[in-house]
Amino acid sequence: MTLDAATTTLPASGTVRLAAESVSLAYDDRVVVRDLDLQLTDGSFTAIVGPNGCGKSTLLRALGRLLRPTEGRVLLDGRAIARTPTREVARVLGLLPQAPVAPEGLTVGDLVARGRHPHQSWLRQWSRDDEAAVAEALRWTDMADLAERPVDELSGGQRQRAWISMALAQGTDLLLLDEPTTYLDLSHQIDVLELVARLHAERGRTVVVVLHDLNLAARYAQRLVAMDDGALVASGTPEEVLTEQLLADVFDLEARIVPDPVAGTPMVVPVRRLR
Amino acid sequence: MSSTTEAVLRRQDPGGDRSDPGPDHHPVAGSRMTPGRGGLLRRRRTRLLGLLLLVGLVVVAATLSIAIGSRSIGLGTVWEALTDPGVPTEESVIVRELRVPRTVLGIMVGLALGIAGALAQGHTRNPLGDPGLLGVTAGASLGVVLAIYLLGVGTPAGYVWFAFAGALLGTVLVFTLGSAGRGGATPVTLALAGAALSALFYALVRAILVSDTDSLDAFRFWVVGALSGRGADVAWQVAPFIVVGLLLALVNAPALDLLGLGEDVARGLGQRVWLARLVGLASVTLLCGAATAACGPIAFVGLVVPHVVRAFTGPAHRWLIPCSGLLGAALLLVADVIGRVVVRPGELQVGIVLALIGAPFFIALIRRRRLAGP
Amino acid sequence: MTQLARPATRSGTATAERVRQPGETVVRIGPASGRVRWRHVAVTVGAAVVVVLLGAVSLGRGDFPIGLPDVLRTLVGLGEDTQQFIVLELRAPRIVVGALVGLALGVAGALFQTFARNPLASPDVLGITQGASVGAVAAIVLSGATGGSGVLDGVGVPLAALLGALVTGLLLLVLTWRRGIDGYRLVLVGIALWAMAAALTDWLLTRAEIYQAASAYVWITGSLNARSWDEAVPLLVFLAVLLPAALATSRALGVIQFGDDTARGLGVRLIPTQAAVVLVAVGLTAAAVAAAGPIAYVALVVPQVAVRLTGGPRPPLLASGLLGAALVVGADLLTRTVLPQALPVGVLTAAVGAPYLLWLLVRGRRRSTL
Repeated sequence: MTLDAATTTLPASGTVRLAAESVSLAYDDRVVVRDLDLQLTDGSFTAIVGPNGCGKSTLLRALGRLLRPTEGRVLLDGRAIARTPTREVARVLGLLPQAPVAPEGLTVGDLVARGRHPHQSWLRQWSRDDEAAVAEALRWTDMADLAERPVDELSGGQRQRAWISMALAQGTDLLLLDEPTTYLDLSHQIDVLELVARLHAERGRTVVVVLHDLNLAARYAQRLVAMDDGALVASGTPEEVLTEQLLADVFDLEARIVPDPVAGTPMVVPVRRLR
Repeated sequence: MSSTTEAVLRRQDPGGDRSDPGPDHHPVAGSRMTPGRGGLLRRRRTRLLGLLLLVGLVVVAATLSIAIGSRSIGLGTVWEALTDPGVPTEESVIVRELRVPRTVLGIMVGLALGIAGALAQGHTRNPLGDPGLLGVTAGASLGVVLAIYLLGVGTPAGYVWFAFAGALLGTVLVFTLGSAGRGGATPVTLALAGAALSALFYALVRAILVSDTDSLDAFRFWVVGALSGRGADVAWQVAPFIVVGLLLALVNAPALDLLGLGEDVARGLGQRVWLARLVGLASVTLLCGAATAACGPIAFVGLVVPHVVRAFTGPAHRWLIPCSGLLGAALLLVADVIGRVVVRPGELQVGIVLALIGAPFFIALIRRRRLAGP
Repeated sequence: MTQLARPATRSGTATAERVRQPGETVVRIGPASGRVRWRHVAVTVGAAVVVVLLGAVSLGRGDFPIGLPDVLRTLVGLGEDTQQFIVLELRAPRIVVGALVGLALGVAGALFQTFARNPLASPDVLGITQGASVGAVAAIVLSGATGGSGVLDGVGVPLAALLGALVTGLLLLVLTWRRGIDGYRLVLVGIALWAMAAALTDWLLTRAEIYQAASAYVWITGSLNARSWDEAVPLLVFLAVLLPAALATSRALGVIQFGDDTARGLGVRLIPTQAAVVLVAVGLTAAAVAAAGPIAYVALVVPQVAVRLTGGPRPPLLASGLLGAALVVGADLLTRTVLPQALPVGVLTAAVGAPYLLWLLVRGRRRSTL
């Protein structure tokens, strides 16, 4: 188990796009993440896992410059993200917060169109590029037929697709997703993750996703980052990270690791909770 | 607080819950984290202690209210005046005829407003569910203005019935119109209906007041909200309504706790939702209508008090409702006493004192922490 | 789905797909581009036409009716002296002030409601107009009555109102500010400020002589009586600055609606935008209130009517403003013609606007947010 993410060579061992350098994060005076290092390479698909309250969403918010570190810094393409104009960041890095809210009455088409905001200006509000990007995002997520429906009338799975479509229309290389499968049934969880995986595989997006479900994380992500109590405890391929020892240490869970009969990735079979 | 029934005046903040909580984490406030066994005991003790403290506070405030005024009366004299039915002295007359009725009325009105606020916030699931926003104040104002303008009524005791009728009309109309849309009553339709109807009522009030100076002259003293000039007759007039309202509120408390989990959950647990809403509405109308009828519109008690009380009772209405009542009573009495002292020999009306003290306090509360919703 | 779209001009790339929603047309001229929603355009243009028509009718109506030909003659400077005076010096400024005040209040209300994601967040509810009332009533009550030795002698009512509104607005901004503005906190702080200001106003009214109270009461109801070019010109200057500023925030506002995180993710500079929106809205309100008093419920009701007419996800700024102008000018026309006695326009705006909102509520589909 290595703590140095850079040494874990993964398929696309390209340049580092997004990095946290000894980052500490806090809300008011409550420190959530302490002195954490993480590097995300171009074209990688990373899942951040960990128990409730371990700071994984907080870390994601910091990577997406929504939270300013109390110490350390976050680098986007080698530049301090805090010093980069937020609009420039928005053209490179898209993010989807946990359970986002759309104003009532907003149609799917309008929602996805808002993803073009960082590319627009007061004068140029709907260029051909905008239109093409939105159309493609809608088509890609199979939402084109629903474009005129209000977002609030969609089912949970469709709604999440609509939001992913918006993030896609933003046209960024990097995509950060905070628990995109929350509140979805299993088949819609798979649906959303398949979509994200396709984005990664076919569009070459660099994806970071916070996930609760270890088995799904292991199946779809190339790399897992495990956190516990505000620190990074393991990083590497799913096989490297998902060990019985780690589950005991981090999740207080006695479990067996068996190969997923479908994908061959590691699969967690819980035995009992350790005290 | 499920996201579907989430009160709308509370901004739905997707990033509000920023500490990576799991689904089992209560999304409102740190103070409401699931307490352990010791925590539960501690909370019960805090609540009991709080309740006793509030009772003590009301007693102290009542004593002050009887003793202090444009003319201060020693506690010994007060005691004599209250217990000794002998020859009436000037001071014993002041105590018995003026201060005691005024204090009793203050307690009743404070109880009523505090409890009405807790109920209104609980039912609208809206931390701004002040009864004043739901048409009570506007309705009462219209009733009073019409009484003054058309019938020449000119005393607080005379206003009571008209204010009460207006308050009733206002609330009933707001709830009827607010739930008339296709989707039924939602916090937003209620709030908008309240605002729109208030607008209409105030338009009528203003139309009368700008054209009739005499009405304005009477109305301007009613609308500030005061305990002064209200004798025992006013207290007797509104007492039955307040008592019934209090009883309904207490009956309503367990149902409100269930409704706090969402209407569906409440239904699943066997609660008849419409009945609970009806009882709650009736109680708010009676309490707030009676209080407004007696004293004129008094803002801020119903809005602020439940927020303060919730800090130590938590969201359980069985505790929240009585404690809000007690704090409301204490607050009203203290504000009244302050109003008698600050501009001696004149008086500052209690409604004004409350707004001037209550508002900064409320702002401080908002800034200090994220308000826990009902 | 594309029946209303213009013929496609293929750009040649394989991905040149088009998304067209019904009822919209894409316009691209050089580097500029945008989507035109016909329903928005219809409501906006319709409101503008109504304002102009009401204004034109207003010029001729009143205690001395003047026929349309004569009105037109006076407008080009060929009328009789009396008519010239009535139309150009009495009625025209009054109508202009009414239209501008309605415009400012409508836009301010739409800004606040969108920003706070709350249909009740209007300058009326957030205490800004009440703050103006405190200033104005204080100026009326604390001066003159005591034989010229008043505290606020020499401070005119409009200036006092402007100061009252600005001070309250700044207090609102400062007290809400905590690493940015939270819309929910804004509403709570605003309600508290409102209550304080209302209490002060009520108290001042009880301290006043009754004739002062009566004139103060007319003022706090909102009135266009005796408004002249002296009020119209400063208001015009204010709006010339603030209205473009408001429209400039429109795009960011549309994204801010999604919540802070999503908005920042899309590259909105959140804190400057928030501050700008609140300051512009406060400025618009203050300017309007200084000119005509807190004309009731325009800012609250009109954006809600506008959003229901246009059917979008949020109150449209310009359409809200123009509908506000139509409401105020129309209400003023009513007070001067139909009603037996001249009531302040604020009575009518509430009496006309409120039932309309109620009607929309009753027949409208369920909305649980804006």
